[in-house]
Amino acid sequence: MDKMTKAFIELVRRAATDLPADVEAVLQAAQAREEPGSAAAGALGTILENVALARANSTPVCQDTGTPIFYVYHSLGTSTRELRAQIEAAVAEATARAYLRPNAVDSLSGRNSGNNLGVEYPTFHFEEWEENYLQVKLLLKGGGSENVGIQYKLPHSPLKAGRDLEGVRKVVLDAVYQAQGKGCAPSVLGIALGSDRGYGYVHAKEQLFRPLKDVNPAPELAELEDRLLRDCNELGIGPMGFGGQTTVFGVKIGAYHRLPACYFVSVAYNCWACRRAQMTVQDEKVEYS
Amino acid sequence: MATYELQIPISEQEIRALHVGDTVYLSGVMTTGRDAAHKYLIDNFICTDSVPESEQPLYEELQQLLDGGLIYHCGPVVRQDEEGKWHFVAAGPTTSIREEPYEADVIAHFGMRGVIGKGGMGPGTLQACQEQGAVYFHAVGGAASLIANSVKEVVAVRKKEEFGVPEAFWIIRVERFPVVVTMDSHGQSIHDEVEAASKEALARLVAEG
Repeated sequence: MDKMTKAFIELVRRAATDLPADVEAVLQAAQAREEPGSAAAGALGTILENVALARANSTPVCQDTGTPIFYVYHSLGTSTRELRAQIEAAVAEATARAYLRPNAVDSLSGRNSGNNLGVEYPTFHFEEWEENYLQVKLLLKGGGSENVGIQYKLPHSPLKAGRDLEGVRKVVLDAVYQAQGKGCAPSVLGIALGSDRGYGYVHAKEQLFRPLKDVNPAPELAELEDRLLRDCNELGIGPMGFGGQTTVFGVKIGAYHRLPACYFVSVAYNCWACRRAQMTVQDEKVEYS
Repeated sequence: MATYELQIPISEQEIRALHVGDTVYLSGVMTTGRDAAHKYLIDNFICTDSVPESEQPLYEELQQLLDGGLIYHCGPVVRQDEEGKWHFVAAGPTTSIREEPYEADVIAHFGMRGVIGKGGMGPGTLQACQEQGAVYFHAVGGAASLIANSVKEVVAVRKKEEFGVPEAFWIIRVERFPVVVTMDSHGQSIHDEVEAASKEALARLVAEG
C-alpha cells in the first residue's frame, strides 16, 4: 500500500472514531446547562461518555458512519484520478478495519457493495487552488441527519417567508422543527443561500467545516447566525428531542450568487456527531487537524 | 421517574408498570431489525395467506424470540474474529419513524413487549403499545461504542447476505442495555409533548419578525 493511501486511512479513522475538539467542548458546555437528572442531561452525558470510549478504542462514534464526502483542494498538476484511486482504496480498507460501516447500497438491486465503494460513492468535490499544498477535508454524514436536510424556495407562503434574510430565518426555524425525532439533536446547521439546487447542498455541507467559534466575515450573516442559534434553542426540542436548552449548537451560513428567478435556502442538518476531519500534505509531510 | 432492571422476555405486568421518563436497563436476547427486516416480516408473515416454506424456519425462530421480546432498530458496525465469530463494534439506534407503517402490526402479530430506537414513533405504534402492552424504549442516538459494550454476544445473524450488514437480523445477548421509556402503554408520549410545545414556540418565533 502506498504512503498516501495509508495517510487517507488515518484521515478516515480520525473522522469516524473521534469528534473535533470544538464540538466536544460545546457538548460539554451544553450538558452543564441542562437541569441535573433530566433526560436531556442524561442523553448528553451518554453522548460524551460514548465519544471518550470511541476515541480510546478507535471504534466508530456512531454506527452510521454515513456518506464519506471528500472535498479536495489541490495545486496545479496534481492528478485527481490518482487521488481518487488512493482515497477509494483507503475507504475500502477503513471499512475492512470496521472504522466504517458498509453503507453503499445499489439503488436498483438493493445490494450493499460491502466496501463503501459504488457508483459515485463515496462523494468527491475536487478544486484546484493557488496554494502549493494538498488539502483534503472529510465529512462523514449520517443518514438520519441527511434525511432531514431540506431545500426551501423563497418566497415560501406557508411561513410568509419572503426573499430576504428574515425569510431565511423563518424557513431555517421550520427545518429544525421538522427535523425533531429524526436527526439526532443537538445539531449544527450548514446553510447555503442562492446557488442552484445541486450546488446549494454542496455549499451548505462545506459550511459545516467552519470552526464553531469563527465569525462570519459578512456582518449581516454573522448577525443572522447568532439570531438563529438563539431562536432554534427557544424551540425547546433539546438533546435527542427529550426537551431542553440545547437544540442547535452551531449555525453557519454562506451566500452564493443565484438566478433572478431562484432563491434557494439549502439546509444541511448535521447531528451532534459532527464528524469532520482534514489533512494537508506538503512536501510529503502529512498533518491532520 | 423510576429506574428498572428488566429481563427479556418481559411480562405484560412489567411493561404496564413503566411510565414515560423511566430509565430501564435491559438484559437478555433480542434481535435488531430495521427497514428491510420490517418489510420482510410484513410481506412474508403478516400480510400473507401462507408463509413461504423457505421462510418457515426463520418464522419459528422469530416467533419464539419476539414473544415477550423486543426489536432493536439498529444497523451495527460488526467485526468477525479469526474463528468466524461476530462482534458488535458500534451499535446505536437508527431513526424509528421509518418503521411506523409496519410496527403496530409487527408488535401485535408476534406479541412483542416493545421496540428500541430513537426519535419516537407515531400514533399507530402508540395505540399498539396501549392495546398490546408494549412500550417504546429510547436509546441515545449515536452512542454507538457505548451501547456496543452492553452487547455481550452475537448469538446468530439471519438474512445477512440478502439484506446486507446494516439491515440483517442480528440476534444479540445484551446486559444492562440503557434506555429511557418515551412512549408507554398508557397512551403517553414524550415526543408528542415536545412536538406540541415546539410547534407553539415556532409560531411565536416566526411571527416575531
